[in-house]
Formats: sequence, structure tokens, C-alpha cells
Amino acid sequence: MRRETIHAWLMLLPALVVLAAFMHIPAIETIIASFWSTARGMRPSHFVGLKNYERMIADPTFWQAMSNNLIYAIITVPLSMGLALVMALLVQGKRGGTAFMRMAFFTPTVLPLIAVANIWIFFYTPGFGLIDQVMNLFGLHAPNFLGTGATALYAVAAVAVWKEAGFFMIFYLAALQTIPTSLIEAAQLEGATRWQIFRRITLPLIMPTTLFISVNSVIDAVRLVDHIFQMTQGGPNNATSILFYYIYQVGFQFWDTAYAATLTVVMIVILSVLAIGQVLLLDRKVHYK
Amino acid sequence: MTFSRLTRGLGGAAIAALLAATPALGVDLQFFFPVAVGGGAAKTIEGLTNDYMKMHPDVHIKPVYTGSYTDTIAKSLTASKGGNPPQLAVIGAAEMFNLIDEDVIVPFDDFVSAKDKKDWLGGFYPAFMANSQAFGKTWGIPFQRSTPVMYWNKDAFKKAGLDPNQPPKNWDELVKDAEKLTIKDASGKVTQWGVRIPTAGFPYWLWQGLAIPNGATIASADGKKVFFDTPEAIQAAQFMLDLTTKYKVMEPGTLDWGATPKAFFTGNAAIIWTTTGNLTNITQNAPFPFGVGFLPASKHYGAPTGGGNWYLFKKSTDAQKKASVDFVKWMTAPEQAAKWTIATGYVAPRPEDWDTQALKDYVKKVPGALVAREQLQYAGPELTVFQNAQVTQILNNALEAVMSGQAEPKAALTEAQKKATAILAQYQ
Amino acid sequence: MRAGDRLITFGGWLLALLWVAPLAYAIWTAFHPSAFETRFDLLAPLTLHNFVDAWGQAPFARYFLNTVILVTMILAVQLVVGTFAAFAFARLNFPGKSVVFSLVLLQLMIMPDVLLVENYRTMRMLGLVDTIFGIGLPYMASAFFIFLLRQTFLQVPTELDDAARIEGASTLTLIRRVYVPLAKPTYVAFGLISVSAHWNNYVWPLIITNSVSARPLTVGLSIFSASDSGIHWSVINAATLMTSGPLLVGFLLFQRAFVQSFMRAGIK
Repeated sequence: MRRETIHAWLMLLPALVVLAAFMHIPAIETIIASFWSTARGMRPSHFVGLKNYERMIADPTFWQAMSNNLIYAIITVPLSMGLALVMALLVQGKRGGTAFMRMAFFTPTVLPLIAVANIWIFFYTPGFGLIDQVMNLFGLHAPNFLGTGATALYAVAAVAVWKEAGFFMIFYLAALQTIPTSLIEAAQLEGATRWQIFRRITLPLIMPTTLFISVNSVIDAVRLVDHIFQMTQGGPNNATSILFYYIYQVGFQFWDTAYAATLTVVMIVILSVLAIGQVLLLDRKVHYK
Repeated sequence: MTFSRLTRGLGGAAIAALLAATPALGVDLQFFFPVAVGGGAAKTIEGLTNDYMKMHPDVHIKPVYTGSYTDTIAKSLTASKGGNPPQLAVIGAAEMFNLIDEDVIVPFDDFVSAKDKKDWLGGFYPAFMANSQAFGKTWGIPFQRSTPVMYWNKDAFKKAGLDPNQPPKNWDELVKDAEKLTIKDASGKVTQWGVRIPTAGFPYWLWQGLAIPNGATIASADGKKVFFDTPEAIQAAQFMLDLTTKYKVMEPGTLDWGATPKAFFTGNAAIIWTTTGNLTNITQNAPFPFGVGFLPASKHYGAPTGGGNWYLFKKSTDAQKKASVDFVKWMTAPEQAAKWTIATGYVAPRPEDWDTQALKDYVKKVPGALVAREQLQYAGPELTVFQNAQVTQILNNALEAVMSGQAEPKAALTEAQKKATAILAQYQ
Repeated sequence: MRAGDRLITFGGWLLALLWVAPLAYAIWTAFHPSAFETRFDLLAPLTLHNFVDAWGQAPFARYFLNTVILVTMILAVQLVVGTFAAFAFARLNFPGKSVVFSLVLLQLMIMPDVLLVENYRTMRMLGLVDTIFGIGLPYMASAFFIFLLRQTFLQVPTELDDAARIEGASTLTLIRRVYVPLAKPTYVAFGLISVSAHWNNYVWPLIITNSVSARPLTVGLSIFSASDSGIHWSVINAATLMTSGPLLVGFLLFQRAFVQSFMRAGIK
């Protein structure tokens, strides 16, 4: 073997070992486990073929978690990205209060979601919660946000948007600062409106960042469940149960590890499809540069 | 796996070192315990354990605080499956069949003398033993046990023209009083609800506070059958819903458990149902005089029990099991039970506990503490079946669906019965 | 135009107030008696009692230490492991490179916490359940970082490479003297992302830890706030502030540096 090849493999070895041990191999093991039954006490696991998958297809909670997850993603992805950009535009200049705004938008990044969930419970509480108190000032009453099937999912999605937008803002902020001011000044000289500058110059130039953030927000739409543990435990009646939370529930509360594996396979498939799309997109970004 | 051999080797070395350091007769024990009543309780358990070790220098016991009840059962099972279980654990009484099914615990009977079987195992309140014994054996020893009670705001009662010392005794009175206690402001907003029964997260427990008085038995004693769709059970769910939609005396939608004491303190709810374990919290924080009473009766009084039992884990030596049983016996003896009750608000699980001077003094100071004990004679077990987590979740979902307006009580509970029966089919 | 400006500023402040509300509420409750958790009275008495309470009720110092050890350990290993891998992908040629690179990139999406059940089993086999090392191990190779750093390394002019080689520098020296210094902004930027991610990580640590000696802050806080006797906002929020304060202050002090390093790191 060539020296360079040996060098390359030696350098890659630590990364590959960790990745293989905690991603590739467990992913394959999960797929295998989905064809076996869950071992309980004195009843060992046995091969069941596609039975777990049949059960999944007939499981209304699974489908509800899937559709909840889709709604959750449809809300959180565009909203957190859009707000992140708005925030970045707001704090990039040297307007009064920029430092305070930056700190405000950054708080979600340092406050653990699991701890903040309790605060959000208070905000959402009907009767004496913060939102209700504010609405009362305008003669309105807050609904029971977390206790009604129709609103609970949106209420937990809003918390996720709060969490993510502040974090993504930092990336947009950095991107905005790389846009040469001369470019914008030139456009202004030619009489371009603010909106035109944003559409024609800013937006295209920060496209790679948008791509990068979109990938992260999609991941978070699948993964970010911390607050659900504290706020609703997936309720009322699974209204806020998304796929990852359901996997935790089946795997670590019902101890049905085989079924949890089956659900995880679905998640792996979804994520892999997204990953392939992402690699293609990022690849384009590289050539684009 | 070189790595696991390495760690095992290290473990072996550690054990060897320990053996060298402790006397030949020494026993090492570890137990997991949850705390569901605030941080101070963990210190009390650790303190009691230290007291025991001072008297028994040959026994070394390590208490491990493992979070909530849910966390503790999860940790105990993962540790057991990993071949490294604790020797003892305090786990929800409702997990009995689950632990039997997973084959990780052994009954206490084989490790106690005939005399202790009668005096010790026979000395607990029967309501607590209902889901501690099965198949003729005792699998759990009642320790941090609770039951829901009703708290009412005496000032609010006075303002509504009600006798502050006459809480509602039955469902009809509850509705009538709650209607008087529900106050709206000029804009039509309710500023004070008559009653609040928290129904989010784990509604099954307080729903049982309606189902048991209504004469419903929701599970068989062997944990293999459930009866969610009986008329009595459906009626209980219907009544819970009616409080919100028909009588309009309770906030509609599911209501958070954690925010319930606050709702009481702020005057948002004049009557609340919550665990007796909240007594200390409410005594310290309620800015008005309040009363503690039985859950209102339907056909008769009634309430579920709740809380945790000591369990003896299978994978340990006989010496460890004997030492464990001795420790549990000491922990549940009157002096310790009294200390534990005073520190936490849990119900002392044996009649003789209440004869200790400490508890007598405590009851004089906090008469509300007696209510839970008196209510025990009407109490039934909380839902305790095989596949408990899953079956409970099914019931919770059905009740949340009812309370959040997604399904009718009858349809929801019939559906829940079907689902639970399918899960329990493997045990028939 | 001026009216529009004012409207934007007003909207900005509104948004900022919305975003800072949880922190503001945490500060309010932490410094006031619990009776003022739901009442916002400017004359409410101030107190430090909640901090004393929280400190006395749970080993937050230990949790804090555990989290600091955890995030430092993960970051340090991620940086070393990632640097070598990124260099190999950026500058070395070997058969199967593109396949291996794709396999690495898969982790961008399939993060270790997705595979909870199997990873728990692996940790049990390795005897790493309930250890800080066990929480961190699955994250120690970050595909995201490898990808990011490879992009940066690709931009290093090859002339610098050649010059160093002529002077007889080994590959390791080359990486240390040329590549790492040039990629400093990428390291800082990723450092922020990694620390923030693991400081806040909850589900995997919840599963893999059992005891105080390994439990990180997130799990400690969630256990602390799970109580039958209701949510005690004052004490919980005092605990949250105590434990998140250092990170918040750190950000306030270094925010400009962070943003600038992001800029230069080319995350755009």
C-alpha cells in the first residue's frame, strides 16, 4: 500500500471507529432487531419476520406521531428560519438597543430547553398564566393552550421556534457581515429600494447559509423533544407526540425494544433520504463557491 | 471485546480491594429511590440510612436517588437487564406485575420468619397491601404511599355564602358548591373556578378518585384483566367531563398537575384535588385558611392509593437479601415511618405508626394529615396490571381525549378497553 | 422612510421582549418570594432565599462540574479527531475516499441519539453506563465538524504546503503549523456549536446516567423540577439561572468575537 493511503487511513481511524460504533453498526443492529420480538423476563426473543412492521402500519398512534411530526416540521422549519433572518437584519446595524436585542435573541441558546419548559408551562397556563394576564389587558382570555387537542401541538412548536430562531440568527448575522458594503452602496446610488436590495443582493448572497440552516432546522424538527417531556408528555391523547418522543416512550417506558427498533428504522429511512438530499445540496454549494 | 475485559478486570480488582477492606461478614447493599415531593426527602432517606448503618457497622448501604417514579422504574429495569441491578429499590406500587413479569424481583415471604409474616407483613393497612400482594405472596412493602384528598379554600367558601367547615360530601354537593364558587368578572371571564381536578399527564389516578366511589373496579386482582368500559367507569369519566362542559365549574381542557397548587394559592380554583403529599407545600404557601377532606362520595366514599413500595431484587446473594429485608423492616418500623411521614407528608402505612409520640404531636399540629389515614378504609388500589406502563398510557389517552374534547366518554373507554385487552391477551 | 424605520425598531423591540421573556421571568421569580410567581408587583420584596434553597436541595455544583467536564471532553476530542479526518479528506488521496466521505456525512442526519436503544446496549457492553465518558463517547466524531473543517482546509493554498514540505516538515508539523492556525475561526465557530449542543443535550444523558456523579445539568434540573407537589417556579428558576448564568455571561462578553469567527469560518 502507498504511504499516503496508510497515512490517510490512520488519520481517519479514530473518527471512523466512533462513527461505526455509534452510528453504522447500531443502525444495522436496529434494522435486525426490528425483525425479532421483545424479550421479557423468561420469554426470550424470537424471529417474527415483518410482524412488527404490520403492527406499526396498524398502529394509529404511530400515524398520529408521523402527522404531528409533519405539522411540527412545517411550523418550526420556515418560522425559525424566517425569524432568524429577521433578527439578524435587526441587530446587524448599530441601531439603539442592538446589544440588548442580541442578548435577547441569544438566550434560548444558553437556557436548557428542559428547564425553560417549566417557564413555558406558566406562560401557557389558563386563568393566571402570563399570556392570559397580557391578553386580559386587552379584554381577551387565553384558551387552555396545552390542554386542548386543537392547540397543544402549536403551543409546543412555538417553544421550539423560540429555541431555534435565536441560535440560527448567529449564522445569518455572520453571513450578513460578509456582504461587501460597497455592493449595497452602489445599488443605493442607482436608486434601488431597500426591498430590492434585500431581494437582489442580500438574499442570493446568504443562500448557502440558508441551505445550511435549513438542514439543521429539519434535523431539529425530528430531534427536538426535550420540552415535550416536561410540558405535555405527548398529550393530551398523543396530540403532541412526535416520532422521536414515541420511540422513547415505546423503548424506555413500555420496554418494547423490538417495536422501538421498528419505529427507529422508519426514522433512519426518513433521515437518510433527507441526508442524501442534503449531501447533494451541499455539494452544489461547494461547486457554487 | 478487550475493552469490556479491561473494565471487568478493573471491577474485579475493585471488589478484591473492597473485600480486603471490609470485615468478612460485611454486606454491601445499594438501593434506588425516587423522590416525588421535593428535594428535602432525599436527605431524609440518606439520613435514615446512615442511622441504620451506625447500628449495623457490618452492613454498608448506598442509597441512589434516581429521579421521578418513571425514571426509577426505567433505571431499575435497565440496570437489571444490564446484569447490574440494585439489591433493593423503591418503585411505584403499580409496577408490581411489571416487575414480576420481567422476572427481576422475588417475594419477601421467603426471607421472613413465620412470626414476622404475621406481625410485620400483616400489620400494614389492607388498602396498601391490595397492590403489594399477588398470587399469595408479598412482593412489595408499603413505604412512601399516598392517596388523593380534597383541599378547599375557606375564605372562598365564606365569600360564596357557604359554610367553610362543611366541604362537599358527595358529587351533588360538589356540583352545587362549585357552582356557587365559580365567579365571573364583568367581561365574562371566570376569575375563580369552583373546582380543579388535574387531568393532564396521568389523569387515570384522580379519575379513579371518581371511579372507585362510583363502585367501579377497573382491574382484576391478578393484574390480567381490566374493566374500563363498565357503566360505573364511564359514568365517572362523564362526571369529570360534565364539570367542565355541563356545569361549567372547572376549566375546560386537560389541566396541568404541576400548576394545580398555584391555581389554588392564587384563587384561580377554590377546590383542588391532589395528593396528600402536597399537604406540607399547601400548609406553607396557601395565603388563606384551607380545609382538607375526603374526595366526595358517589355510591360511597373512595379513593385510589398511590406511591411507592420497597422491592427485593432477584439477582443478589442470600446474605444480601437477608440484610435487605432487615433494613426494610427497620425503615418501615414506627419510629422511622413517623419521621418519614412528618418530613414528606406520605401516609404512614401501619396503624401502629400513628401511636408514636412523634406522629401524635404532628397530627395535633397538622390535623389535615389524619384525613388521608381515615380515607384509607374506603380506598382501592390504583391501576396495577401486567404491561402497566402501556395499559396506563391507554387509559390516560382515553381520559385526555375525553377532557380535551376529542372523544365521548363511552366511545373512548370502550376503545381503551379493546386496546388494553389486546395487550393483556398474552397473559390469559 | 422615517416612519418605516421607527416601525422596524418597534417591531425589533417587541420581538426582543418576546424572546427575552423566559429569561426575564426566570430572573423575576428567582429573586422574589414564591408568592410573586404569578403577580408582577414592582414593590415585591427581593430575596436570595430561592438560590439558597435550590443550592441546598440538589447537588448543582456537581451537576455543573459534570456538564463542564462533559462539554470540554467532547469538544477536545472532536477537535483532534476531526482535524485528522478533515485533513485526510482535504489533502490526501486514497482509494475509496468518496465512499468513506459519504459514510461519514450520513451522521449529519443520523445522530447518535436517534439510536438510543442500540447505543445503550453498546455502553452496557463497554461498562460505560452512568459515566461522563459514556455520555460523551458517541459524539466524539462529528461529521459536521469534519465537513466544515475540510471545506476550510481545501482553501489553504497548496504553495504553503509545498513550502513547508521543502523545509522538511512532517505531516503532523504541517497540520499544526499551517493548517490549524489558518482554520482558527472554524475551530471557534464549531466550538460554540458543540458546547451549546452538549450543554443543552437531554434525552441521551437521561437514559445513560443513574447517579449524581455522572448526571449533567439538564438531567439534574429535570429531576429537580419533577415533583408531586407541583412546580416551584422560584426555586427551579433560581437553579436554572445559577447554572446557565456563566454561559450567558460568557456569551455577552465574547459575542463580537463569536460572530466574527463565524464570518471568517465561512459558515455562510
